[in-house]
Amino acid sequence: MRWLIAFLFAMQAIPALAQDALPPAPYAYKQLDDPALEAKATALMETLRCLRCQSQSINDSDAPMAGDMRHQVRSRILAGEDPEDVRVWLIERYGDYVSYQPEVSSTTWPLFAVPIALILLALLVLFGRLGRRHKNGDA
Amino acid sequence: MRTIFFIPLALFLFFAGLAGYMLTQEKDQTVASAMIDKSLPEFNLEPAYDGLPGASRRDFIGGEPKLLNVWASWCLPCIAEAPQLETLKERGVEIIGIAIRDKPEDVANFLARHGNPYTRIGADDISALQIEIGAAGVPETFVIDGDGNIRYQHIGDIRENDVPKLLQILEDVR
Amino acid sequence: MIAEVGLAALWLATALAILQLVAGVLGLKTSDARMAAFSTYARQAAVVQAFLAVLSFGLLLWAFAITDLSIKLVATNSHSMKPLIYKLTGTWGNHEGSMLLWVAVLALSGGLLAGLERRLQERTMSATLAVQGFVALGFYAFLLLSSNPFERLPIPAFEGSGLNPLLQDIGLAIHPPTLYVGYVGLSVAFSLAMGALTTKQVTPDFAKVMRPWVLFAWVFLTLGITAGSYWAYYELGWGGWWFWDPVENASLMPWLAATALLHSVSVLAARDALRTWTIMLGVLAFSMSMLGTFLVRSGVLTSVHAFAVDPERGTFILVLLGLYIGGSLAIFAVRASSIAEGKRFSATSREGALVFNNVMLSAILAIVLLGTLYPLLTEAFDVRVSVGPPYFNPAGAIFAVPMFLVMAVGPLLRWKNDKPARIKVELVLIASILIGAVVLIAVLGDYSVLAVLGLALSVALGAAAFLPLRGRKIGRTPLSTWGMIMAHLGVAVSLFGMASESAFTQERLAAVAPGTTEEIAGWTVTLDSVDPVAGPNWTAIEARLSASRNGGEAISLTPQARNFWAPSQATSESALITRWDGQLYAVIGDTAGIDAEGNQRWQLRIWWKPFVTFIWYGGLLISLGGILAIIGRVRVDLRRRRAVQLGNERRADQAALEETASPPKAEPEPV
Repeated sequence: MRWLIAFLFAMQAIPALAQDALPPAPYAYKQLDDPALEAKATALMETLRCLRCQSQSINDSDAPMAGDMRHQVRSRILAGEDPEDVRVWLIERYGDYVSYQPEVSSTTWPLFAVPIALILLALLVLFGRLGRRHKNGDA
Repeated sequence: MRTIFFIPLALFLFFAGLAGYMLTQEKDQTVASAMIDKSLPEFNLEPAYDGLPGASRRDFIGGEPKLLNVWASWCLPCIAEAPQLETLKERGVEIIGIAIRDKPEDVANFLARHGNPYTRIGADDISALQIEIGAAGVPETFVIDGDGNIRYQHIGDIRENDVPKLLQILEDVR
Repeated sequence: MIAEVGLAALWLATALAILQLVAGVLGLKTSDARMAAFSTYARQAAVVQAFLAVLSFGLLLWAFAITDLSIKLVATNSHSMKPLIYKLTGTWGNHEGSMLLWVAVLALSGGLLAGLERRLQERTMSATLAVQGFVALGFYAFLLLSSNPFERLPIPAFEGSGLNPLLQDIGLAIHPPTLYVGYVGLSVAFSLAMGALTTKQVTPDFAKVMRPWVLFAWVFLTLGITAGSYWAYYELGWGGWWFWDPVENASLMPWLAATALLHSVSVLAARDALRTWTIMLGVLAFSMSMLGTFLVRSGVLTSVHAFAVDPERGTFILVLLGLYIGGSLAIFAVRASSIAEGKRFSATSREGALVFNNVMLSAILAIVLLGTLYPLLTEAFDVRVSVGPPYFNPAGAIFAVPMFLVMAVGPLLRWKNDKPARIKVELVLIASILIGAVVLIAVLGDYSVLAVLGLALSVALGAAAFLPLRGRKIGRTPLSTWGMIMAHLGVAVSLFGMASESAFTQERLAAVAPGTTEEIAGWTVTLDSVDPVAGPNWTAIEARLSASRNGGEAISLTPQARNFWAPSQATSESALITRWDGQLYAVIGDTAGIDAEGNQRWQLRIWWKPFVTFIWYGGLLISLGGILAIIGRVRVDLRRRRAVQLGNERRADQAALEETASPPKAEPEPV
C-alpha cells in the first residue's frame, strides 16, 4: 500500500519538472564532506517531515521544498549547530508537525504515558496469569 | 460479568466516536506557520527581475502595515489570485513579493501577463525566507505590521471573499 | 451483457447471504426440529454464494481484459494500449474492483468453510455461518449501494483514462490482493470465534478448526507486507523499506494481532487453555483489518495519500466497523465471563512463554495503534502533530526485546510445567551467543543501541530457532515443528537484515557529468551516459552506469526517471545489483546544472545496503514456515480422520458379523 504515498510523491515531481531550469539549493542533493557531520544531518533529516508531501521525511523526498529544507539542515550543521537546535528552529517555524519525533508536551503526553501504562498493565496481566497459577501448581 | 471485558468495547466506542466526528469535519491539510505574532526575521533578497528592487526586512519597518506575498511564476493558484492582489493594490495596500525558485525572465513574463501588484520582489532561490517565516507552500500571504511583526497568515490563493477580511486585518494591526 | 450478469450474480449472492444469516440463526434453536432442519440451508447458501461472487468477479476481470469501455469502472481505470497483465491487475487497482475482489474471496472462504468443515459441532457451525453471512451482507450492501463496479456509462468512452502508473508494476499488482486474502482469512477466524462464543463451545476441537484459517490468513498477511515493503524499497527511490506511515501501520496491525492469535489458538488446541484470550484475539485481528480498511479509504487520517478516498465510503465502512466490531465486542463483554478460563499452567512452561509473548505482541500492537491514531485525536482539537520512526522504534523495542528473548527459549520448554534447570545447556548457549555478539559489535564500531541489540538478538534467535531439534530424530520431526523452526528462523533473518541495514548502510549523493566515477563501500560506479528512452506508455531519462566491486568485472546498471503519459505522472525506477551480502542501489534524479567544462550534470544517488535482502528473505521464510505448518496440520488431521473412519468401518463390519450388537451410531469424529 506504499504506492499511495508514492502517488503523492510523484505528484510533487510534476511541478518539479516545470521548474527544473533552476538548479536546486547547493546542499539539497550534496552530502557534507565530513562523514560525521553528514551522519548527524542524515539522522536529523530522517526525522523531519516533508511539508509538501505530508507523509515522507525530507530525507526521502524529491519535492523541491524538501531539497531546500535539506539544504537548511546541512548548512546549519556545517556551521556547527547542534542537530536538536536545528529541530527546535524548525519547530519554532512550523510547529510540532514538522518533527516526526514527538516531544513531551501538553499535547503529546499520552504518547509517553500510554507505553508506561502498558508496561504496568502487561506486568499486571502476566502476574495475574502466571504468578497466581504458579502457586496453585498443576491444578 | 467482569468489568475488564468491557474495556475493549469502551476503547472501541471512543475510537468510533472520534472517527465519526472527524469524518464530518472539513479536512484541513494546511500547515500553519508558528511565527504569527513574532518578529519578521532579518533578510535581504536580491531583485527577482530587473523591473523592481529586491526586498529586505527594512522595507517593512515604519509606515502602514504591508502584505508579504510568497509566490512563483510556476504556481497555478498564483494566477488565480492575481486579480485579488490587483484589487488590494488599488485599495492602497503595499504588497512586497517573494518569488520562490524563479528565473528572472519567467517572473517578467508572469507580471506582463497577469499584472504587477508589487512594489518590490525579492528572489528566494532556495526557499530560505519561506522556511524562516514558516510558509509551507506557494502562494501564501502574510500581514506584517509597521514594527516588522508577522500578524496574520493566509494560506493558499486569495479568493474574492478573502479581500475584505485581509483589508480589515490590515486596518486592525495599524 | 457482462456487466448485467455480473451485477445480477452479485444481487443473488446478496440474497443468499441473507438466507445464510437467517438459516444460521434458526439453526441455533435446536429445540424446534423444523427450525433446525432449516439450518441446513446455511451451508448450501454459503456454497452457492461463493460460486456467484467468484463469477461476478470473474466477469469484471473479463470486462477489464477486453477493455469494455461502456463500463464506467473500466473507462476510468484502464486503457486499451496497456499490456494485458496490467489490464487484469487493474481490475483491483481501484476502490470498486478491490471491494469486489474482497467479497469474492470472502464468499469463497465462506463456501469452503461450509462445504468442507465437518468437525465442528453443528450449532457452532450454524452460528459461525450466520456471522459470516452477516459480515458478507455488509460488504455486499457497500458494493451495491455505494460502489457498484458494473455501472454503465450512458455513452461508451472513446478511450480509457489509464491506470495509475505506480500500479503498473508486478510487485504492486500482487501486493494488495495478497493482503485482502489475509484480511478475509481473519474474517473467517472472527466468524468462528463469534460462533464459538455464542454457543460457549470454546474447545480444543474448535481451535483445531480455527487454526488452519488463522495460519492461512497469517501467511498471506506476511507475504503481503513483505511484498509491499520490497515494493516501497525499490520503487520510491530513496532506499527506505519501512516508514511507519499510517497506511503501512494499517497492514502491520492485523499481522501483529494474527501472530498473537496464531500462538494463542495453538495453546487452545494443544492444552485447552487461553480460551478468552483466543476469542478476544480473534475479534481483535479482524477489527484491525477492518480498521486498516477504514483508515486507508476514509481519508480521516491521511487523506493526502489515502487510496480511493471518499467520506461517504468512509462513513459506510465506519458503520460496518461499528456493527461488526462494536457488536462483537459487546457480545464479548457480556459473554466472556461465562467461558471458563481453561486449564492452568505454570510460568515456566511453554504456555507461560506463549502468554508472555502474546502480551508483548498485544502491547506492540497498542503502541502502533496509538502512534497511528494519535494525530487523529489531536486534529480533533486543531493541533497537528507527527508521530514517526523516532517514536515507534524505541517504544516498540521496549516490548520487542523481551519478546525476542522469550521467543528464543519458549519452544524449548515443555507444556504445563517445566524446570528451567532442564534446559540449562541451551540457556547458557543462547546467553553466551547474545553477550558475545553484543560485545563483538560494540568493539567493531559505534552503532545505535537498537541496531546493536537487533544484530545480537538476531544471531541468538537464529541459533535458538534450531534448538528444538535437539534430542529429536530429524526424519521423524513433525512438519508443523519444522514450520515453527522455519518461521522463527525467518524472524531472526529479517531482524538481522533490518539491524544491518540501519547500522551499516552507506550513501553517496552526487551531481555528476557522464564519465565521472564515484566510490562507495568497495564499489566503483561510473556514469557512462544519460539518454532518453521510451516505453509503451512512458518516456524516460535512462542512465547507464557501470559498477565494479573491488576492481572486478563491471556490471551495467540502468536506473530510469520515468514519465507516464496516461495519466501523466513521474516515477523513478531504481537499479539494483544483488550480492549475497547486500545490494547496490542506484537512482538517477533531475539535472543538476552545468559543470566547469560545460557538461550537463545529473543527480546520482547510490547506496550500499549490507544484508538488506535478508529483511524480505526472512519474510519469505516466515511464510514458508506457515505453509509447512498448514500442510503438517492438515496431513495429521486427514490421517486421523481416515483412521477413525477405518475404525468405524471395522466396528460396523464386526457388528454386522455378530448381529447381536446394536448398529454403530453416526457419532461425530473425535480428532
